[in-house]
Amino acid sequence: MSEAILSVRNLRVVFPHRHGELVPIDDISFDVKKGEIIGFVGESGAGKSMTGAAIIGLIDPPGYIDQGEIWLKDERIDQLGISATNQIRGRRISMVFQDPLTSLNPLRTIGDQLVETILTHLPVSADEARRKAIAGLEEVDIDPERFNAYPHEFSGGMRQRVVIALALSAEPELIIADEPTTALDVSVQAQVLELLKKLCREHGASVILITHDMGVIAETTDRVAVLYAGRLAEIGDTQTLLLDPQHPYTKGLIASTPSVEYGDISTELFQITGTMPRLDALPRGCAFHPRCEQALTHCATKRPQVEQNRVACWLYNDV
Amino acid sequence: MSDFIQIEQLCRRFDLSEPWLARMIYRKPKRFLDAVDNVSFAIERGRTYALVGESGSGKSTIARIAVGLLGPSSGRILIDGHNLHDRGLSQAQHRRIRQRLQMVFQSPYASLNPRWRVGNILAEPLRTFSLVDGRQAEQRRVNELLEQVGLSASDARRFPHEFSGGQRQRISIARALASRPDFIVCDEPTSALDVSVQAQVLNLLKELQRDLGLTYLFITHDLAVVRVMAHRIGVLKSGQLVEEQDTATLIESPQSDYTKMLIRSAPRIRDDSDGAH
Amino acid sequence: MSTQKSLMGRFRDSDFLYDFKRSPVTVVSFVIVVMLILLAVLADLVAPTNPFDAGSLNLMNGFTPPMQPNAFTGETFYLGTDDQGRDLLSAIIFGLRVSLFVGLTAVILAMVLGVSLGLIAGYRGGWVDSLIMRAADIQVTFPSILIAMLIFGIARGLLPPHMRDELAITVLIIAIGLSEWVPFARTVRGTTMVEKEKEYVQAARLIGLGRGQIMLRHILPNVLSPVLVIATITLALAIIAEATLSFLGVGAPPTEPSLGTLIRIGQDFLFSGEWWILLFPATTLLALALSVNLLGDWLRDTLNPRLK
Ligand SMILES: Nc1ncnc2c1ncn2[C@@H]1O[C@H](COP(=O)(O)OP(=O)(O)OP(=O)(O)O)[C@@H](O)[C@H]1O
Ligand SMILES: Nc1ncnc2c1ncn2[C@@H]1O[C@H](COP(=O)(O)OP(=O)(O)O)[C@@H](O)[C@H]1O
Ligand code: SF4
Ligand SMILES: [Mg+2]
Ligand SMILES: [Mg+2]
Repeated sequence: MSEAILSVRNLRVVFPHRHGELVPIDDISFDVKKGEIIGFVGESGAGKSMTGAAIIGLIDPPGYIDQGEIWLKDERIDQLGISATNQIRGRRISMVFQDPLTSLNPLRTIGDQLVETILTHLPVSADEARRKAIAGLEEVDIDPERFNAYPHEFSGGMRQRVVIALALSAEPELIIADEPTTALDVSVQAQVLELLKKLCREHGASVILITHDMGVIAETTDRVAVLYAGRLAEIGDTQTLLLDPQHPYTKGLIASTPSVEYGDISTELFQITGTMPRLDALPRGCAFHPRCEQALTHCATKRPQVEQNRVACWLYNDV
Repeated sequence: MSDFIQIEQLCRRFDLSEPWLARMIYRKPKRFLDAVDNVSFAIERGRTYALVGESGSGKSTIARIAVGLLGPSSGRILIDGHNLHDRGLSQAQHRRIRQRLQMVFQSPYASLNPRWRVGNILAEPLRTFSLVDGRQAEQRRVNELLEQVGLSASDARRFPHEFSGGQRQRISIARALASRPDFIVCDEPTSALDVSVQAQVLNLLKELQRDLGLTYLFITHDLAVVRVMAHRIGVLKSGQLVEEQDTATLIESPQSDYTKMLIRSAPRIRDDSDGAH
Repeated sequence: MSTQKSLMGRFRDSDFLYDFKRSPVTVVSFVIVVMLILLAVLADLVAPTNPFDAGSLNLMNGFTPPMQPNAFTGETFYLGTDDQGRDLLSAIIFGLRVSLFVGLTAVILAMVLGVSLGLIAGYRGGWVDSLIMRAADIQVTFPSILIAMLIFGIARGLLPPHMRDELAITVLIIAIGLSEWVPFARTVRGTTMVEKEKEYVQAARLIGLGRGQIMLRHILPNVLSPVLVIATITLALAIIAEATLSFLGVGAPPTEPSLGTLIRIGQDFLFSGEWWILLFPATTLLALALSVNLLGDWLRDTLNPRLK
């Protein structure tokens, strides 16, 4: 269970810009172990989606990977050509997006789309593919009777379940799920996340779950990486990290999330002052320092690194 | 008594039928949707009443009827005893009631006119309700509003796109405060914001309620938010009110299965229910 | 911060200018359009002669080829002369003025009409919308040239003969203007229907603004960028429509020739060897219409963030 299927080393993504360059991802390293669900959490613009895009080779031009390496098992995948990347995309790594309609073709039945994906990626006969497609639908609790239904005939939650069936159909090693439940109601969100968790365990697929919701992280993931302004703030085991957060940003995120378990009208929510900086105005030193209540003097000039203790913060590292 | 707003047997039906020509040709009957179905509740002055429910349950429809943006199909809305949709009221009476009702919307992007400077956005209600005399008084009031929501007077010259989502919601709140209303409907005011920014906006709304004695109708699908925001909660399902209780009672001991399911589904950071630690 | 910067400074930093400079075709089109407009506006100063001053015309100068001295008078003309001995360069500059004037005023007319109808249709909805949009549907089933000729024909029939030439230009403007309002109305109606659902319009209603004020003050400013694009593209169409009508002899009268009139005159001489009388006005028309169109295309791409 400890073997890394994906390894990202010192990833840096750059968008050329007329006033220099924008760096939405700066020096991010992490591993995804076989069969685990790792969460990426952070505020809007933290670089969660961009990291996913870099892994699957879908950074919008003119952006590019400027430094770093991405390894899928023993193969380096950040420098592959278009056709080799296409081989990996869908087959070994697949994606689930926030809006199910971006992954489903509105003009074709869901059965057709499943069969086609299976045939493109797996060496099976048409009959076999059809059997697999039906099995896939059953797995996500969709009545195989609806094999010939079109996406618009389903509710949002059902569509997202179809997308999960689609993502699993080529038996990938890794699934990147970018805010898969943000557009859904809480009750439906709970079902979809439960399903995602169960199926990935059964298939032995690893998942990168991108979300801005600490509650979703807590309920679904094994490990979590907290991103801020394109940098890794803290990474670690979900339970440990949530019970004993180290980085002031992680602490702030957790403290500002209201809970159904406690609090009443007189509760003042903890708030992190200010907002995430824009990419063209990143502060020097620790990018979080203008919002940090515990900032030290050198925080404004020296950038902290993620060391053995897995936290990028001067409170825990020697200068 | 001290109820500021009373909603009585409110119904709203939408006509979803095809155009009549198509109905004639394909012999289809008329189709209706009862988005709000016999809903009654009241909000005490200075209190927050939360409506929770899944998307499509009719929350926004009630919100729009409560401020007069939409008419009811049947039922009444009484504001301090006056019927909001009473056709017998004079224009001036209508205006006086209207001025006391305001709304803060969900989308920080669509709720401010992108072509207007913030100063103008805030001055517009002052002008249309003739609340200030002269340019200087107007400017003073605009600055006061900006400071009230935690922005600065110099922000009046800027355009909405120069602000972050949370700051824009502050501007929306300032606009709602401009006409010195008694009652503000907040329709999912933080569901498009990050948690850290959500906390800022929720705290601001509570502070304003304390300072100005505002009455809120607060709409959300997030039970965790309701817990710290509302005095009383109504749970809406397919246009009907399935349960109504004071906040603590409703969350601690829900009666209906639907409410129980909603509470169970809410994601928790620390799972205390199974006593894991 | 950025708020302190002057308008000019902000423009210099804007994406708009940045995009513009990165598109050489657009820069060239822009330069051509500006030059042609300047020529038209300053016609009295820059044209070598006044082509309408009958006294200055010398029939002996007729059919002088470009850049060659006239066999009889020895005078040289950059672009040659026509059958009347009129300097072609001057005629083109003044013709450009007529073409641009007709084109611009017709577009303004079409724009005012189309934007108003589109706003009303989009905001009111219901039967008002149906009525306006059905009128638009009927309008587009006729080619705009046909409509222009129809209006032109009716106006000619109604007006007393001595007023026809005087009012020809006005009739031309109305004819083209009336036949081009539909694209404006359709786009504005669509955008209005989207904008009116946005929450800032709801907020304005809550403040108690009336329909008219909401349309003018809130919605109109937000539908203007597509209108600008259509206006530019329609300008090219209007200039060509004007040229076509004038070419067919139902447009600008020979006393006030536009580029189209000049082309009509020129084509009579094409096969007798006096090619320049057709070629130069035609090239000018082409350069003008093409540049305006290219500018319109660029504007559309730049102002539409979805295409970027
Ligand atoms: N095509 C692009 N060109 C320039 N900058 C971009 C582009 N796409 C994304 N960015 C920037 O990269 C940064 C990271 O974006 P990303 O989409 O990864 O954020 P995120 O963490 O997924 O946020 P959200 O929660 O809003 O989805 C942001 O500052 C964003 O503005
Ligand atoms: N103008 C309208 N025309 C037709 N149906 C509408 C209209 N407004 C809302 N509805 C429908 O009424 C129901 C309740 O909508 P809404 O009040 O917006 O729900 P909520 O805010 O709880 O998500 C939904 O099914 C919605 O599609
Ligand atoms: S490095 Fe300094 S500024 Fe950054 S989070 Fe740690 S204490 Fe705060
Ligand atoms: Mg994202
Ligand atoms: Mg709603």
